Amino acid sequence: MKKHLKMQNSACVNLADVPVVDNQQFKDHLVELSSRNCRLSALFVLPGTHQNLIYAVVSNDESAALKLLATPYQNEFASLTPDLPQAHWFEREMHEIHGVNITGHPWLKPIRFQPKTGDNTEILPGVTNYFEVTGEEIHEVAVGPVHAGIIEPGHFRFQCHGEKVMHLEIELGYQHRGIEKAMLRNHPHQNLRLVEVIAGDTTIAHATAYAMLIESLYGIDKPDKNAELIRAVALELERMANHTGDLGALAGDVGFLPTSAYCGRIRGDILNTTAVICGNRFGRGLIRPGGIGCIVDRSIADIVLERLVAIEADLKSAVKLLWDTPSVVARFEETGTVSHEDAIAIGLVGPAARACGLRTDIRYSHPWGAYAVHQPELVDGRKRGDVYGRAIVRWLELLDSLRLIRIMLAEFTDVSTASPVLTKAAPDSISVVLTEGWRGEVCHVAITDSAGNLASYKIVDPSFHNWFGLALALRNQEISDFPLCNKSFNLSYCGHDL
Amino acid sequence: MISPLSVAICLVMILLSPLLLGVINKTKAFFGGRQGPPLLQLYFDLGKLLGKTSVYSETTTVVTRIAPFAILFSTLAAALLVPVAFRNAGLSFAGDVILLAYLLGIGRFFMVLAALDTGSAFEGMGASREVLYSALAEPAFFCGLLVLINETSQIGLSSIYARLTTDFWWQNPATLLLLSTSWMIILLVENARIPIDDPNTHLELTMIHEVMILDYSGKDLALIEFAGAVKLAIFSSLLVGLIFGCQAQSLPLQLIIFAAGMLLVSIVIGIIESTIARLRLLHVPKFIVGSGALAIIALILKLAGN
Repeated sequence: MKKHLKMQNSACVNLADVPVVDNQQFKDHLVELSSRNCRLSALFVLPGTHQNLIYAVVSNDESAALKLLATPYQNEFASLTPDLPQAHWFEREMHEIHGVNITGHPWLKPIRFQPKTGDNTEILPGVTNYFEVTGEEIHEVAVGPVHAGIIEPGHFRFQCHGEKVMHLEIELGYQHRGIEKAMLRNHPHQNLRLVEVIAGDTTIAHATAYAMLIESLYGIDKPDKNAELIRAVALELERMANHTGDLGALAGDVGFLPTSAYCGRIRGDILNTTAVICGNRFGRGLIRPGGIGCIVDRSIADIVLERLVAIEADLKSAVKLLWDTPSVVARFEETGTVSHEDAIAIGLVGPAARACGLRTDIRYSHPWGAYAVHQPELVDGRKRGDVYGRAIVRWLELLDSLRLIRIMLAEFTDVSTASPVLTKAAPDSISVVLTEGWRGEVCHVAITDSAGNLASYKIVDPSFHNWFGLALALRNQEISDFPLCNKSFNLSYCGHDL
Repeated sequence: MISPLSVAICLVMILLSPLLLGVINKTKAFFGGRQGPPLLQLYFDLGKLLGKTSVYSETTTVVTRIAPFAILFSTLAAALLVPVAFRNAGLSFAGDVILLAYLLGIGRFFMVLAALDTGSAFEGMGASREVLYSALAEPAFFCGLLVLINETSQIGLSSIYARLTTDFWWQNPATLLLLSTSWMIILLVENARIPIDDPNTHLELTMIHEVMILDYSGKDLALIEFAGAVKLAIFSSLLVGLIFGCQAQSLPLQLIIFAAGMLLVSIVIGIIESTIARLRLLHVPKFIVGSGALAIIALILKLAGN
């Protein structure tokens, strides 16, 4: 019997083809896969009339195939976490949403403080028991949910000995909006605005994933080559804008003003370049199932290319200052280190993972659209895993994005708006899409019922994988380094809380 | 000894002290390619704050209420002891340096007490950092004074400074270099500037000075902010008097050179803040101890020379 179903990124398969194995086989197989360069991209519950199933989506960093498998559960499910640490957050999520009793989970707490399905009692986020370190001279510092800067709400609980952090526990959930539930509407245009705000700074990556999912599930023709190019260009511009903002913010956090001030401005220039393409700085309305939502011609492409010349020159002069200033480098180096082994165990994704030396990039391993032709260069952080590693990975990716945009736009001619989706979704099917947002792997999974209606929609933002990485990075660090470490990950609260 | 003219000059310096922060911020803005806040921004802020009422946390006691006054008045009293514009200080006597150091100490003591009074974890951390760093900065400052006392055979600040002329420094260039560097570092430490602290940050976990006054608002905050500006003026004038030993006899010339010196110190602070990043908190003590080491080297050079 097959242990798992192999499928391509953004393919649509019959739900019945996904092998259902027993709990022990499920666990053994996932553990075995994880030892062979595979990562858990999604783990979620699909409640059914006969039996409830837990589905796992596994991606391999070296081959383009995705692996799907499922296992039934009654009320109890033996935790995978002790053998597969990267499952811990997913299991807490399943426990919270569906009340699955995960036995043997080391820290089974809610992650979003949302009421259980069918239960409407209000739960206050963050009101819970925290991990406590006791002893003389141990003190506890609580930060948030209201922060001094203009950022999203989240609660951080530090257990400290003097300035040293022994443990950090992160409680989120303040931004929970019920997006996965709201996604179960059957006309794709109903959900388009919603996917664009899963995480506002990852608009393009989420919207692209959604569009690809709809294309495969509703049997729409793939977008033409020019539309694919514009999608990829928009994704790279999104990456550039955010990486630039992050490098500036990192400089600001160590009190290095010139880079901080200039990067803030340059980020605006890059966002405005996205607005040249579609009229919105964050790319809202740009991606649409079947293609793109605006008309782009050669003259627009030329304006983008022209703007990139100035942006590149400004970026190089502003960011080079960072690497040339010893006090900045000294501040970044050996701060907030996550080891290579830990990064693999907890399933880090995106620049944070590449900074630890992991070779994971969906554009590279599971190429879609224009990336099938125009491969990105895989940036390697040489197992540094510290703030410097995460900063330098961002910079190298920025330069590669510039290169990619130029070669993509060189091929571009013109493209018009995609026509609306009029077909119905394939019944009893499952489709999985992975894209690489600027923070890392974005995973969308949709399942349809026998009538071809959406039965389940699962979204995994890269922040979902990486928040625990931040907690690990803080171990034995000084508490005053938390803002810098936090900025070096720059994770999304609403992308996690959905 | 009380000199009415010096008291008047000192009052003018106190009133103009918020300008120094304006100059620092303009310099930083220049390096950041920005226009920056107006030169008089701190005056506007103080005016705004004075028009507001203070809000007190329910957990605080009377300590929080008296601390702003204690901080401001101890700082103002300290300013009177500092030689301004190359003249004797408003108030001078033998051994006044000790009073100067501990008047500033009283201000710090009350600030730390008020921070602890709020019971906030952030303010407690800030207070602990402040106490550690000032405990290291104090001996460094006194080491520097010891050099000057040894050089001039005087123990009153005004009489010491009266002998620090340009000619004097021509004969002891190494001492000047070491001492002015050491005191520049102490100035940065005492006034919570980069690379020790970041006056611009909003991140409570990284703050030292700013975090201790988080709970202050309105008029109380105005008093503390103003005391901060005066403290910066005190340390700047000590540095200016040290470096620009001036023999000018006419008052206008003395005032002009002094004002130029103060401006220069502010610009240098602005340049430092624009070109280097903050130190990791763990490394700050080494930096401060370094300033003490410089003063000690100056002392050794002097003693060996004798």
